[in-house]
Amino acid sequence: MENLERIVITGVGLTSPNGNTIGEFRENLLNGHANIQEIDVRYMGKQPAGVCDFEATRYQKRKELRNGTRAGSIGIYCAHEALANSGYDFEKCDRSRVGVYLGITEHGNVETENEIFNISKFAYDTKFWTHHHNPRTVANNPAGEVTMNLGITGPHYTVGAACAAGNAGIIQGAQMLMLGEVDMALVGGVSESIHTFGIFAGFKNQGALAAHTDPNCASRPFDAARNGIVVSEGGCIYTLERLTDAERRGANIIGEIVGYCINSDAKDAVLPDPERQAQCMQKALLKARLNPEDIHIVSTHATATPAGDIQEIKAVRAVFGKSSSTHVNNTKSFIGHAMGAAGALELAGNLFSFQDHYVHPTINVDKLDPECELPNLVLNQPKQVDRIDTILNSSFGMLGINSALIIKRHS
Amino acid sequence: MTKDEIKQIVLDIIADIAPDEDLSNVKPDIRLRDQLELDSMDFLDIVMELRKQHGIEVPEEDYPELASLDSCAQYLHPKFEALSA
Repeated sequence: MENLERIVITGVGLTSPNGNTIGEFRENLLNGHANIQEIDVRYMGKQPAGVCDFEATRYQKRKELRNGTRAGSIGIYCAHEALANSGYDFEKCDRSRVGVYLGITEHGNVETENEIFNISKFAYDTKFWTHHHNPRTVANNPAGEVTMNLGITGPHYTVGAACAAGNAGIIQGAQMLMLGEVDMALVGGVSESIHTFGIFAGFKNQGALAAHTDPNCASRPFDAARNGIVVSEGGCIYTLERLTDAERRGANIIGEIVGYCINSDAKDAVLPDPERQAQCMQKALLKARLNPEDIHIVSTHATATPAGDIQEIKAVRAVFGKSSSTHVNNTKSFIGHAMGAAGALELAGNLFSFQDHYVHPTINVDKLDPECELPNLVLNQPKQVDRIDTILNSSFGMLGINSALIIKRHS
Repeated sequence: MTKDEIKQIVLDIIADIAPDEDLSNVKPDIRLRDQLELDSMDFLDIVMELRKQHGIEVPEEDYPELASLDSCAQYLHPKFEALSA
C-alpha cells in the first residue's frame, strides 16, 4: 500500500439477526447466542431465516418506510448508527465530500416479486403495477436512500458483487478516499434477501438451502451434517477516513485497512475454486506486506454448503495451514448468510477481538467434517489468545468472485 | 354515496400513503398540497388506490381535479354514483 493514503475505520453501525449494535453483536458471538427463526416464505412455507428487529422509525418517517425498500431502511439505520459511533461532526461537514458505497448481492427481487403478486390479484393487469417500482428497484436504491435521508450530496452507488459485496463496498470506499474523491466514506453492505422467495427457491433447487428442526442449529459451517445456507437480512456500515484526517480530529481509530484483493475464478458459476481463493488471500497479504503468520484471525466465508466449505478450507489450508498463530472462525453459524451484508457484518463481529483478545467460535459443529479439519479452527467455544493485531476477512460469491480484506489494529 | 363520504374515502387513502401527517384539521376548500406534505408520487398513489379499492379511473388530464377535498368530492361524486347505479 506504498505511496497511497492510509485508510482507517472510525465508526461502525449494524443490524444483524442477533444484535442491533456492535456491542450486542459481539456479546452474542462470544456467548454462543445464535438467532435464527422460521419465517413464512411465499409459496414455500416455513423456512429458517435470520431476521433483524432494529427500530426503523428511529431514523425514518413512516412515509419513507412505505415508499422505500427494506434494504434502504437497513442502510439508513446502519449509516446513522455508524455516524454516531464515529463521533464525526456530520452537522458541520461538507456533505458533498461524503460518499456512500454499499455492497449488494442482489436488489429488486423483493419489490418485483411483490408487484407480480399484487397484480396477480387483478388478473395481471399492469395498470395496477405501482409507480414506486422503478425507484425501489434501481440498483443504487439502498445507497441512494441513505443519501436522501442524510442529505449527503457526494457520490453514491451500490457495488454488485454477489456475496463478496460487503468487502467490495469497503474496498471501493477505501479506494475513493485514496484517490481523494471524498473525505469520508460510508461503506459496507446491506441485504433484504429474506423477503424474496426466489432466493430461497433457487438455493433449494440447487441443493443448497439449509433445513433443520431447530432453526438455531440450521446454519452449521464445517459440521459433517451441514446441508446448506440459512438466508438472512442485515446490514453493516463503516465510516472510513484517511488516517491523517482521523488523527487530526482525534477520532477513535478502530482499525486500519492494510490490504485487500478482489479476483475472479473465471471458471464456474457456483462451485468455488480454492486455487483462486488462496491466490486472493495471498495477494491481499502481499499488498499488506504481511506473512500468513502475521494474521491472527481468518474470518471465513463458509456458508455451510457441502461443497463450498470444503473448497474454502482447501484455500485456507494452502495459505495458513502452517501458521500456528492464525485462528480460523465463522460468523454465519450464528446469523446465517446475510448476503450483501455478510462480509461487512462478519468483519464487525471480529473487530472487538483487538480489545478483548478473544476469537469468537464457529458454533453448531457437533461433528467436524474431516475434510474441513484445520489447525486452530475455533469450534463452539471462544478462545482467548495473547494478542490479536490483524484480521483477514474473506467473502466469496457466485460467478467466482473472491475478496479478502485485511484489517490491522491501529497503535 | 354522499360527498362527505367521498371526502372520508380520500382522507382514508391519504392516511395510508402519508402516515406521518395529522389529518384531523384538513380544510376541504384548501389545496391538499398547501396543508400536507404530499408530492406528485403521493397523488399517483391516490389515483392508484381509487382504482384498486373502488374501481374508479382518474385520467391524467383530470389530476388537477384532486387538488382539494372539496374538488375531489365534486369530481368523484358522479363516478361513485355511476358505479352504484
